[in-house]
This record gives sequence, C-alpha cells and structure tokens, in this order.
Amino acid sequence: MNDLLRIKNLRVSFRLPEGELNAVRGVSFRIPKGKTVALVGESGSGKSVVSQAIMGILPRAARISDGEILFADPQTPGTIIDLAKLDPDGTQMRQIRGGRISMVFQEPMTSLSPVHTVGNQICEALELHRAVNRTQGMALTTDILKLVGFPNPERAAKTFPFELSGGLRQRAVIAMALVCHPVLLIADEPTTALDVTIQAQILKLIKDLQIELEMSVLMITHDLGVVANMADEVVVMYHGEIMESGTAEDIFRNPKHPYLKALLEAVPRFDMKPDERLKPIREIKHHPDNPILTAKRDRRVICDDDPPLLEVKNISKAFSIKKGGMFSRSTEEKVLAVDDISFFVRRGECLGLVGESGCGKTTLSKIIMRALKPDTGSITFREQDNSLTDVLALEKDALFKFRERVQFMFQDPYSSLNPRMTVQELIGEPLFIHGMKDKAQRRDMVEKLMDVVGLAPMHINRYPHSFSGGQRQRIGIARALALQPDLLICDEPVSALDVSIQAQVLNLLKDLKEALGLTYIFISHNLAVIDYVADRIMVMCQGRLVETAPKQLLFKNPVHPYTRALLSAVPEPDLDHPLDLRDLMEGKASNPADWPEPYTENRDNQMAMIHLGQGHYVRAFKGAETLLQSHKETEMV
Amino acid sequence: MTSNPNKSLEHFVSSADFDPQTVSKLTPQQERYYTASQWQIMWWKFRKHKLALYSGIILVCMYIVALLAELVAPYSLHNREIDHIYAPPQVVHLFHEGDFIGPFVYGFDYQLNMENLKREYTPNPAKIQKLQFFCQSEQDYEFWGLIEGNFHFICPDEGGTLFLWGTDRLGRDVFSRIIYGSRISLTIGLIGVTISFVLGTFFGGLAGYFGGIVDNLVLRAVEILKSFPSLPLFMTLSALLPVTWSPLGVFFGISIIQGFLDWPGLARAVRSKLLSLREEDFTTAAQLMGASHARVIGRHLLPSFSSHLIASATLAVPMMILGETSLSFLGLGLRAPITSWGVLLNEAQNINSVVLYPWLLLPVQPVILVVLCYNFLGDGLRDAADPYK
Repeated sequence: MNDLLRIKNLRVSFRLPEGELNAVRGVSFRIPKGKTVALVGESGSGKSVVSQAIMGILPRAARISDGEILFADPQTPGTIIDLAKLDPDGTQMRQIRGGRISMVFQEPMTSLSPVHTVGNQICEALELHRAVNRTQGMALTTDILKLVGFPNPERAAKTFPFELSGGLRQRAVIAMALVCHPVLLIADEPTTALDVTIQAQILKLIKDLQIELEMSVLMITHDLGVVANMADEVVVMYHGEIMESGTAEDIFRNPKHPYLKALLEAVPRFDMKPDERLKPIREIKHHPDNPILTAKRDRRVICDDDPPLLEVKNISKAFSIKKGGMFSRSTEEKVLAVDDISFFVRRGECLGLVGESGCGKTTLSKIIMRALKPDTGSITFREQDNSLTDVLALEKDALFKFRERVQFMFQDPYSSLNPRMTVQELIGEPLFIHGMKDKAQRRDMVEKLMDVVGLAPMHINRYPHSFSGGQRQRIGIARALALQPDLLICDEPVSALDVSIQAQVLNLLKDLKEALGLTYIFISHNLAVIDYVADRIMVMCQGRLVETAPKQLLFKNPVHPYTRALLSAVPEPDLDHPLDLRDLMEGKASNPADWPEPYTENRDNQMAMIHLGQGHYVRAFKGAETLLQSHKETEMV
Repeated sequence: MTSNPNKSLEHFVSSADFDPQTVSKLTPQQERYYTASQWQIMWWKFRKHKLALYSGIILVCMYIVALLAELVAPYSLHNREIDHIYAPPQVVHLFHEGDFIGPFVYGFDYQLNMENLKREYTPNPAKIQKLQFFCQSEQDYEFWGLIEGNFHFICPDEGGTLFLWGTDRLGRDVFSRIIYGSRISLTIGLIGVTISFVLGTFFGGLAGYFGGIVDNLVLRAVEILKSFPSLPLFMTLSALLPVTWSPLGVFFGISIIQGFLDWPGLARAVRSKLLSLREEDFTTAAQLMGASHARVIGRHLLPSFSSHLIASATLAVPMMILGETSLSFLGLGLRAPITSWGVLLNEAQNINSVVLYPWLLLPVQPVILVVLCYNFLGDGLRDAADPYK
C-alpha cells in the first residue's frame, strides 16, 4: 500500500432518541503521502464523523458498524494497522493518536486548557509520545512555536491561552498537534471560527508546515474557497455518502454530480453578473397568492436625493471594563466599541456592514435597536408618513410602537428561538404582544408567514429542535416579518448556515425585500455574501468606519488598506484565483496604528471621511483629499 | 481506487439517485419526537434512567402508604400491648414442618429471666397464628382524624400478635409506628422545600434578573446565612420554639426553620441559571419585540429553568428529612406524642436498649431508603432536566 491512509467502505451509526441514524454509509477514499485531501460537505454530511472514526474519538452513542481504516505508518514499513478494529482506549491507539495522527479543531479557545501555559500543553503532548526530559521538551517546544510563527517563542511558551488572540491561539493548537511530527494532520474546520485575514494566514501556515514536515493533511471543511486553495484531492460527501471524488482539477473544472454542481453554484462569487441569482439546492416555494406577498406595500423608487429612512450621526459607545471587587476601589478602563460613526440608510436599500469580529458592528446594531444606549450621537427614523422620530428619545409606548417598525434577525438560529415554544408560539409571539389577541386569527397569520419563508404550515406545532439551521433561520425571518417592519437589521444571518442553505436564505431575503419593500442593514464578515445582497457597503474596523461606497465601486476599487486586505484574504472557489498568500500584511491589516499613510491612526492625526466622488468615502488624514484624489487617478490608469 | 499515489486519482462520481429533498422527509417516530413538548421529552429521557425511575416508584408507594397509614398499620398509633413489652420481631413463615399453610407467625412464650430481669420471648411452634388480610380488628382508628373505622389490610390472628419489627418499652408495635411516623417524616421535607423554593426563587430571581445592587445584597445575605455552622444554628432556632406550642405547631415551626435555612442554595442556583438565560438570544429577541418584564420572565425564563428547579428541589428534600430526623433524635425537634422517624429513634438513644433491643433502631431503615430514593430520583431528573442539550 503506497497511501498513508485508506478508508474502505466505512459505516458509522448513531443511536439517538429519535431513532438509529446512519451518519456514514459506505465511505471509501485514500490519503496519499504528503498530499492534502479535502473532505467537503455540509453539516450532517458525516465528514466530522469520519475524522472522529480515524482518531478513535467517536462519541459514545456512535459505533463503527462496518469497514476498514487502514493506516500504513512509514516509520514501520510493511505493517498495516486497521484503526477501525483497534480499541479506542488501548495503548496502540493512544500511541497513534497525537503521535502519528494529530488533529486541529475548529474552536481554538476550547481546544486549549485555560489553566496551563501554552508551553506546558505542547510539552505534555511530547512527553506522552516521546522519551524526552524537561529541558529537551522545552527546547523542542520553542522550536515548534517558532515554526508556527510566534515571533518570540520563549515568551509564547510561558503565556496562557487567554492572553493570545484567536489567530495566535490557533497557531498554538497547530504547534501542539505538530510537535510530535505526525504523518497525518486532520484539520477539522481549522479556520471557520477565524476572521478572513487570520484565516488566510493559518491556511498559509498549514501549507508551509506540510512541506516542511512532509506530512499529509486531511482538511475537513464546508468552505469550497478553502478547498480550492489547499487541496490536491477532494472528496465530496452528502448524507454520509460520497457524491464525487477526484483531483482538485476534476472537481473544480469538471464537476459532474448534480450535488457538487449545485454546491458550486450556490457559493456567492465576486465575478457574478448584477442580476445573476444563486442557485440553492432546494428553492423556496410559496403559495402563489399569499396575501402577504401579493399585497405590495407602496414604496418609492430609490434615488440619490431620496430622504434617508434612518440617519445615524456621530454615535459613540464605550464599554468600561471594571477591575476590583466590592470593597476595593475599582479601576475603570474604557474600550471604544463604536467610535463616532455616522451613516444613513435609504428606503428600500440594503446597506451592507462588513468587519471582523470585535469591530463593533453588533454593538452598532444594538444601539439602533435601542437595546444599548450610546454615549453620544443621534438617530432619526423616518416614519411612513414622512415624520421624523428621534429614536434615542423614545420612551414606553412610543418605543413599543417603534419596535414594530424595526426588527432584528439574529446570527445564531439555535439560541435565538426559545426551544420550549412551538413554531406557532414563536412566530405568533410578536403578534400577540402587539395586540393580535385572537387565537384563530393569529394562527392564520402564522401559517401565511410560514408560507412566505417556505415552511410547510403543517409543521406549525413542531418545536425548533426538529428543524435544521436554515429552517430555523427562516422561522426567525418569519418572526421578524410578523409585524410588517420597515427596517430589518440582519446580524450575520447566514454565517451559521451551510452554503446551499445560505444561498436559499439570501435569495429569500432578496425576494422579500423586493416584494415587501423592506430596507435592510445587513451585517456580515463574509464579503462575497455582502457583495451579493448589498447595494451600498460600509467597512468597519475597531469601532471605526473606514470606507463606505456603493458596492460596484468598493469591490472594483478599494482604497483603504484594511478593505484591500479583507478583499485579498477571501478564498475563492476557483482554481484560477488562488489566494495571494505572500501579501497578508502579517496580521497588521486590522491594526489602525500600522496602516500606511495617510490612513495611519494615532493621537497626532486628525481623521475624517474623505469623499472620493460617487458616494465613495474613505477614512484618512484631514486634508488628504488631494493625495487621495491623485492616488485614485493613478489607480484608474 | 488506485494504489499508486503518484498516479492521479480517478474521478469518481456516485451513480446513486440524488434527491435533494430526502432531508426533509421524516419517519413517524421523528414526527412524534419533534412535536413533543419539553416535559414529554424529559419524561422519555427520565424513563431511560432506570434507577431513578424505580426510586420514583418506591417513593410514590411510600407516600401512598403514608396516606393510608391507618389501613396499612396492623396496630393503631397509641395501642399498647402490655403483655408484650420489648417483644422481638416476629418472622413471617409460609411452611410449618414442611406443610404449606400460608403466611403465619409463631406465637410467643413469655418468661421473665429472674437473674437479669430480662424479658425473654421464645416463638412457640405450637402457636400458629395465621395472618388475616383485609380484615376488621379491635384496632379502631379515625382515618385522618375524620372517619372512624377498624378496617386493616393486615391484622394479627384473633388472640394472636403481629409484631413484624418488634415492640418498644411500652409494648407498642414498632412497624405500625414507623408507618404512622412516615406521615410526618415524609411531609416535613415537602413543606420545607416548598418554603425554600418560594424564597429561593424569589430572591434568586430578583438577583438574577435585576442584577446590580440587588444582586449584591442577595448574594451577601446568602453568604452570611451559609457561613453559620448549620447544626448549632438549627438547634438554637428549634430550642427557641415555645414549649407551650401544640405538637402540630412545633411541626410547622420546624419545617419553616428548615425552609429558611435551605433557601440560599436554591437562590444561588436560580440566580446563576437566570444570568445565563438572560444572555440567550431568545430573551433579547423577546425584549426587542417589546415584551414586558413579566412576559419575559413568565413566558421565556421560567419555563426554561423550571425543570432545573424541580431537580434541585428534589435533591433538597432528603436533606430536610435528615435534618428533621437528627433534630428529633437529639430531642430538639418534634416531641412525643407526635410520631416521626426521628422521634422513634429517640427511643434508641440509650446504649442498653440498642444492645438488648436492636430492633428499636429499625426506623433508620426507612430514613436511608427515602434519602437514597430521593437522591437517585433527583439525579435522574437533573440528567433529564435539559432535553435540548
């Protein structure tokens, strides 16, 4: 056997309260030496179960019912071990796990112990698998930390995980996985929890280390962009079965299976034509004459001098972090979450808000929803009768009325629906609170709303745990639409969803905007998604608005270094557009003090939003207009 | 599949039918699970925890016995058999010299040992006393103090005796007294827990929902209460109950003390649960819909942690039962003529009686059983309490 690992006809089944579940149904593939194999699939496809079966860490309810996992360790040529037959708690399996095959998990925070230093944890992995003493161990640990890119490995070894940022933590996890020089690294969604710029760095790191340590990588991911940038061979799974497998060339240039084709068509891309629609695997169908959809609300045509629906001026919000107990003098430290932000939203437009985690986009949306009070600034909302409302001054009844006009969509479809309420109660709740007390009337309305989002009204008595993430998110949309709002704030509504479901929900949101004349503020960290739905885009970084422009301008001609870094770090599901891994600014992209002039932010520089024409604004030094103008012109040439 | 890694992989395409709709099809079993309410799912989960299930059944049986104590006990509460003081337990037999004659006991021959003045009872094989079932006897009672009757599920043979667990220094049947004692011992925990439940939910709810200064005050109060050594405090408080109070008054007094001492733990549990639930998106969603505080608490928060509360309350009951038992054993809790397991054990305080009449310690038995059952039950409930995790 020349392959490192070969899986033959693997079957894994789970015993669950709702019955037996065959999670993996006859999967066969290979992992050649020194290559990267990507296992692609949506949630529930069984891809993670395969990796758990290889590592012998299946949950207790699961069982390998059939098949072989043949592992040919190059250290002991000639012997082939069937991992499926080994006792998961036995000595042999424990030697292989962590020593010869290692794993990197999705969530870097939970895969490290918070009470031990990074060095300690890496050293532990070493001591378990190799006969090394403490000093040798620490030496090897600093070596590996240096290898994964810590600038000062001796110091890094002494830090605790919570002192590190998400990207550095994931580097530490990778160091821990690689310290014993495994022949196979299983990376289970290693970059899903990270921001795009960090993701690109980690992908580059894995690629470099793979060559350096001559290992194979099994990359488990749902992101076809990552696959296109990393994989040599690709295995596409759906529902526990392999739909298509082949080299990356075959998969991306010549997809044959309808599932793979559908998957590729469902990913939003930057080169889409203005009217091109994503094609989800399952389209949402409505009843042809649903009164909610047919009753078109009057809406104005968007034009530039249309008065804005919502106007936000100079909003700032600082959070204070208190240190100290009840009796000691507490010291306060202020963190600016939102720093003097002004913008407006036109009626009927979709305003995209992009930024990495911690940039203040959620805080901003909560301020608009009146869930948080800003320190300074004003928000005005234009009612349907054109009168203006001062949102921050609203109290009691007026605030209650305002809640009907603006609704919120949550990121997490799991925690945003009360698990103890049926769909009927969930969607009916805003109706009940806002005065529709008649039960039959409410039920009728709920059924219509369910139809609007493409859920079968026969499921009205089900509880949310019976629905998939996408279905739950649609329940969330139905709930948000129940009061017929003008403005919908969507906080990362698709980031927890699978690609095909994401396309479905994005199309639904687009259609509903047309049909109901809605206005959106659409928050996302995914630039391709923003590009697909938004008309105008704002880019935020560390509480600041750094660039805002109509979407065609922004993507064609990004000016701010942060926007550029964001755009260059998005992996595309296209072999012809690989990530430029050399141009990553080494983690400086999201640090305002490291931006080049005239964008550098520090105490000495007065910053302002500078207009570049056609609604394109960028944050730079005050009085840098001429500089930027010339910059823009050279850019055009 | 190729075996040569250098040779590129064949392009495999599954030829099986592909139906993107398969995911949305459900089996009837799934449909049933998906429309089940939280209590139903909890029950299904709880049912799998066999130990907890059987413990629950045993507890239900014990409460039924306590409810029907007059009928179950062969003797009435204060009945004295002066001829049988300190009689040992009588063993129920089925066979007499190889012949089956149904359940019976051998009658006693009594003799006073003049050397050590010990009462000696020896079973006499000639005196076969068959047990009577569903019978009427001279043991009159007032069922719950209301209905007079003399019907028993089990009575001794006419002229015979039936001391399953022996008799005490006044010739009272220990078994019957344990049955009667279960009324007090089993309910005192429930009353105490109800009080601690109300207090704990109220204060914990205040602390958790409003936070800030309220939270601080409640938590400090909890800490102060928790810092007292519990047994001395308990004893002091019980000693403060006026001697002139009726036995029933003392009973309620003790339960209220129990409840007052127990609520801090529950308040903490409620507070922490509320704090975490307050951060859940669905609570924010309800607030953004314009829901009132009452609705957020009543419709969203309470149902989400009521199951946890029930589990913690279940685990608090045995502590109360133990508390009552130890207090009464020390003579600081309930006093005769009220009968509880602790009061019965009070009789066994003397080392002599324990050595000579070990059956006087038998009231420990139901205490252990009930405490174990409650703990297993609480354990099972806690495991089942969050069906969505």
